[in-house]
Amino acid sequence: MLREALAQEGMDPDSVELVEIATEGDAERQAFVGSPTIRIGGVEVAPVKDEPAGLTCRVYRLRDGRISPTPDPQDIRDAIKEAMS
Amino acid sequence: MNIGDAAPSFELPATDGSSHGLDGQPTAVVFTCNHCPYALAWHNRLLDVARDYDGRVRVLLINPNDADSHPRDSADAMRERVEVDGGWPAPYLRDESQSVARDYGAKTTPDVFVIDAGGVLRYRGAPDADYEDPSQDAAWLRDALDAVLEGREPERAETEPVGCSVKWSR
Repeated sequence: MLREALAQEGMDPDSVELVEIATEGDAERQAFVGSPTIRIGGVEVAPVKDEPAGLTCRVYRLRDGRISPTPDPQDIRDAIKEAMS
Repeated sequence: MNIGDAAPSFELPATDGSSHGLDGQPTAVVFTCNHCPYALAWHNRLLDVARDYDGRVRVLLINPNDADSHPRDSADAMRERVEVDGGWPAPYLRDESQSVARDYGAKTTPDVFVIDAGGVLRYRGAPDADYEDPSQDAAWLRDALDAVLEGREPERAETEPVGCSVKWSR
């Protein structure tokens, strides 16, 4: 999904860096609030407030209100555009 | 546990303090939880099954996740969730020791097991084909329940469970 969005915006889909968060300490250090977390230029594609760091699964809300394990594709595209502007 | 095996018996506490287990009625045992997006995406469909089959099938929702590493799956958090919703049509059980999940070989949340009145496992897997599509309406689970109620084998006895891994204690 991320690579597809990058390609659509004219960016290199292979520029994705995968970071494994293996421990609670890693999660704290990276302010990681769940898997998957996607950051474009260090900025969350779907920011959350007051979410504790931890090794857990992340819940996203799609734009139509449905719950999903991944962000809304439009949120990813918007984050890419924002990072490019 | 394989299709056709006797399902392990259990007795677990629900959020309201009552106790539930297999009791000789057709039963859908669903391992689920509070924090997993897959479990949440399928949740309303599973509650609809409990309502639609009320009186014919028991639906038992079991949270087996380790609450130390995942506090959102604690007994208190489970109770709060049910209360906020104004009650559920199926009991929400806490498998604190994770022994029931282990006995059943639960892999994910959700992971669905349909057990007939004789205590035999007749279906195991996902509620339906797509967590993202509410119109699927837990069709695989419903097909299995209909088969059990009609005394026949489900056409699809096993599917791959889809969801977050059960969070085992370390």
